Amino acid sequence: MRIPLSWLREFAQVPAGASAEDVMAELVKVGLEEEAVHRPTDTLSGPIVVGQVLSVVKEPQTNGKTINWCQVRVVPEGQAQTLTNEGIDPSGVQGIVCGAHNFVEGDKVVVTLPGALLPGDFRIAARKTYGHVSAGMIASVRELGIGDDYDGILVLSVLGLDPEVGSDAMEMLGLYDQAAEINVTPDRSYCFSIRGVAREFAHATGTRFTDPAAAVTVPAAVGDGYSVRLEDQAPVYGKPGCDRFVARTVRGVDAARPTPPWMASRLRLAGIRSISLVVDISNYVMLELGQPLHFYDLETLSGDIVVRRATRGETLRTLDDKVRTLDVDDLLITDSSGPIGIAGVMGGAVTEVHSETSNVLIEAAHFDEVSIARSRRRHKLPSEASKRFERGVDWKIADVAAQRAVDLLVELAGGTADDAGTDVGTQPDTVVIDLPAGYATGRIGMDFTDQQITGALTDLGAQVQPYGGGYTVTAPSWRQDLQIKDDLTEEIARLVGYDKIPSRLPVAPPGSGLSRVQVQRRRVLQALADAGLTEVLSYPFVSLGSNNTFGSADASEQPSIKLANPLSAELGYLRRSVLPGLIEVAKRNHSRGFRDLALYEAGQVFLPRETVGSFQIPQLGERPSEEVLDGLDDGLPDQPLTIAAVFTGNDSPAGANHQPRPWDWADALDAVRLMADVVGVDLEIAQGEHQVFHPGRTARISLRTGELLGYAGELHPKLLAAHDLPVRTVALEINADLLFDAAPDVIVAKHLSTFPATTQDVALVVDGGLPADAVLSTLREGAGELLEDVHLFDVYDGAGIDEGHKSLAFALRFRAPDRTLTADEASAARDAAVHLAAERHGAVQR
Amino acid sequence: MLYLLPTTTRGMNILMSDSTQPGGPAHAASAVVDVPSPLDAGSIGAAVDSALNDIAAAADLDALKQVRLAHTGDKSPLSLANRSIGALAKEDKAAAGKNLGPARGGINSALAARTAELEAERDARILVEEAVDVTAAPRRRRAGARHPLSTLQERVSDIFVGMGWEIAEGPELESEWFNFDALNFKPDHPARDMQDTFFVEPPEAHLLLRTHTSPVQVRSMLERPLPLYVLCPGKVFRTDELDATHTPVFHQFEGLAIDRNLSMADLRGTLEHFARLMFGDDAQIRLRPNFFPFTEPSAELDIWHPGAKGGPQWIEWGGCGMVHPNVLRAAGIDPEKFSGFAFGMGIERTLMFRNEVGDMRDMIEGDVRFSEHFGMEI
Repeated sequence: MRIPLSWLREFAQVPAGASAEDVMAELVKVGLEEEAVHRPTDTLSGPIVVGQVLSVVKEPQTNGKTINWCQVRVVPEGQAQTLTNEGIDPSGVQGIVCGAHNFVEGDKVVVTLPGALLPGDFRIAARKTYGHVSAGMIASVRELGIGDDYDGILVLSVLGLDPEVGSDAMEMLGLYDQAAEINVTPDRSYCFSIRGVAREFAHATGTRFTDPAAAVTVPAAVGDGYSVRLEDQAPVYGKPGCDRFVARTVRGVDAARPTPPWMASRLRLAGIRSISLVVDISNYVMLELGQPLHFYDLETLSGDIVVRRATRGETLRTLDDKVRTLDVDDLLITDSSGPIGIAGVMGGAVTEVHSETSNVLIEAAHFDEVSIARSRRRHKLPSEASKRFERGVDWKIADVAAQRAVDLLVELAGGTADDAGTDVGTQPDTVVIDLPAGYATGRIGMDFTDQQITGALTDLGAQVQPYGGGYTVTAPSWRQDLQIKDDLTEEIARLVGYDKIPSRLPVAPPGSGLSRVQVQRRRVLQALADAGLTEVLSYPFVSLGSNNTFGSADASEQPSIKLANPLSAELGYLRRSVLPGLIEVAKRNHSRGFRDLALYEAGQVFLPRETVGSFQIPQLGERPSEEVLDGLDDGLPDQPLTIAAVFTGNDSPAGANHQPRPWDWADALDAVRLMADVVGVDLEIAQGEHQVFHPGRTARISLRTGELLGYAGELHPKLLAAHDLPVRTVALEINADLLFDAAPDVIVAKHLSTFPATTQDVALVVDGGLPADAVLSTLREGAGELLEDVHLFDVYDGAGIDEGHKSLAFALRFRAPDRTLTADEASAARDAAVHLAAERHGAVQR
Repeated sequence: MLYLLPTTTRGMNILMSDSTQPGGPAHAASAVVDVPSPLDAGSIGAAVDSALNDIAAAADLDALKQVRLAHTGDKSPLSLANRSIGALAKEDKAAAGKNLGPARGGINSALAARTAELEAERDARILVEEAVDVTAAPRRRRAGARHPLSTLQERVSDIFVGMGWEIAEGPELESEWFNFDALNFKPDHPARDMQDTFFVEPPEAHLLLRTHTSPVQVRSMLERPLPLYVLCPGKVFRTDELDATHTPVFHQFEGLAIDRNLSMADLRGTLEHFARLMFGDDAQIRLRPNFFPFTEPSAELDIWHPGAKGGPQWIEWGGCGMVHPNVLRAAGIDPEKFSGFAFGMGIERTLMFRNEVGDMRDMIEGDVRFSEHFGMEI
């Protein structure tokens, strides 16, 4: 909302020298946010005066144009020129070359004299052109920055003006005025009017407010006006769509008259384009009082006006000339011809006022907020009117606003008002709120005096009655946002000043610190960074194709969450895997010249179950039952925290006496092991198959329970080529929630034997395709309790080993808890281990 | 250095073992040796003088080894003289011993002293020779980094955990009820439009990407016992295109306290305490009236930024207020018995003005330089 200061001054005590910034600084205190300043003089300065054209000599030019060589008087005849800028003629008459032709000798015009500055950093100076010294410019509205009109210069008589020669044209055109633009929150609909903001300014400064509504004299009772019936057959939430309709008639309007400059200037500063006098009056009243109006050309109406819901299939050509198909929930203004407007949103084209309109019917109505909001959304028709109606308009202002429009149409457009008028509808119940004594004090934490409470509430227009030690408060009609005692509490604190609220640090009861999962997550993510990986973030928006690739190991169809309103149609789904985003990040870094990368990201993925969502939404302001809450949660997809990493290039930069090592599949697997080690979880590693990974270089990682945790290994060469990443780029992705969940609660200590250990090595020849880990597990099982540790230290498939076989060399360390082992005991345990390996895997000892 | 010698010498000898040449005898066995008589003090003295001269002249340990052989070896004049004592007459043996004993002792101690001297020289030389250019050290291990948004989020969480609060988290894809209705956003109210929500298909499923972390507050109120002091950090979503100051995916932290008799003074005290821990003891905050459906009264929270570009100024940091009674009711909490306050700030925004990040895109695009510049700290 933009507030021209001259307008605000009519109703609030704005100091004479105050700037828009000063005004905003006050308004901020009461909760209106500052947005911008609009001030013509920031780009425009004089001398800009009224001139009278004394003579026009038409001079055809060789380029085919005809220019006018004009003598223009810029000081009253007989007076001396007091301006002394270079190029200003002491005679008071300026010679000016003008290319426009829409004026004649004797016309009064706006002259920008040498020294003036126009928008676009256009400095006026006397200059030689077309064989003359042109000492100034006869200005158009466009050049002055006050309109878009290209049709020549501004002739003041067209605006109905006959000012004195030499007078300040900037003053006349309202160009010294300025506007403060503020942001109005949805609860403060009354601030979409000068009236409301003036009241807030008075609150902020503790000064007097003059209600513009009080300056309008509304006839005590009107009747016998245009017949209007309110017939809402389908109220929303039980509220009728229209609960007041004021209609007034003004006849004999001269719609072609110009809008006076003061009004045009205020509208312009308020951000509303001047269209025609009649339309401008309707907008002016809306801005001043907050009541949107609609003007009909009376001659185009037929029969009673009926406010009702649309019927199926009805259409309306709205005044933007589009034919709109109406919804049965749309509230309409109709006459016997059918719809003539979508109530509160946009009027119809046929009944619109135009330049020949003579008789005007004014509509000032009050509509239900929800009904208007839905129509506006449905038809995507945000307008100044709908903005106000859907936030709430003062029910009581309708007749005042109608009268104000009548007065202006009479005064400025020469119309005559009918005595008869229409005012139908039912006033909603006034809101009465009990405010217990001490409530505001308790909620705000400061001691309000009775004077502060009563004063604040009275100032904002409420009626306050003492009641049982507290107050009974009747909210003003323009404050639909005041419904409960907490709303009043805010008003009291706001008017007393938020800066007076004291500070007190509450002490929370003893907490339990970070949860176990939060600690696990931090340690795992930190461990990856400690291991040299860089954490990055990516968006969770992906294509369906990418979900089907990354989010499905075997290319089977997996469900994806589709966004209803994605930013880009291509990335219209929520990720099932963190990898596609991470690969994009890797690619971006790679293309920026970073070849050695180790990146990781932790984020939620979205794995929908059978049911998506919940078709019922519980009521506002009451606790739903456990079943309903469970129902809501059942509709949510699983969203496990997923950790992915991508490695490409080398593990470190090359250096003096340092040969870096290229990352390989084992690094990806090792990073998974690191994460598991950090939280104390044992993993099962097996050959894995996943469509985005290399078929022979991928580990399937699961928990000891067999539950799948994820994959690690080399990315598929085809995928890498498609993403412009080097071959041998490796990656991992695991479900971190499962990992954390598998972590032991308590680790039971192991007895540490101090007796000597005996180490025995075995080499076993097995089938080439047998995973080493399987043999290792078998040895561990077969060796029994004396085995302390076993690890693979060599793999050999060279000379001496049969084709298709390999030799695995294991070191077994034995130790007894209570004695020194004999060589025979250790050998027996080793033989048992080898025996089980032979039995289970056909292993042959070398 | 000297006090280290007994140990370093041993060490050096190991280091030197490869380069030490096996030394041959100084003089060929065939050389004619004048064997002084053990009774001739003068010639013994001459042999001692010759030995001491050679010892002093030995330039390195190798040369000294030859000198040792020549003057104390089996074939050395004094050894031979010593051996000849056995052949002397009984009465001469004592005199011969008196002549030879001190003479050989003198040579041995001179040898020991010279050895120590030369070893010390050698040790010192090796240390000089082993010097490296430490400025040319290779970086053998990549330095990893956390994302500053994560680090900042953890830092904020730690501050509140230190105050006895707990950290609550929840799903990013939420039921509309948790994101709006439970937070007193009336259906059709323009406040819902303010949120620029990503909805999910089909719309009847009433699922959305949460527009704030407030759904976690609702979940906390439903699940946790009272009184309740929780901080809810996390990722949130709005349908804004990415530019220098907007991103469709960003992070927030929201605080919620529900207790008996909490007031806006408690809210202000909490925010001031937090601001000081975050920005230093001089941090100042300001509350301005504002509107949110889920709080009443509501306030905008500004923080004083003395180092802002364009001069010191108040910066909008977040929103806050007293929890609306309808929000308490949605969680089954009696607003007549309990009251609460809530606040919420953007982590990106905090990072932008706290750490002078000029462009939102730097945080979003995943350029490794951004994270790596911060490393593990914030």
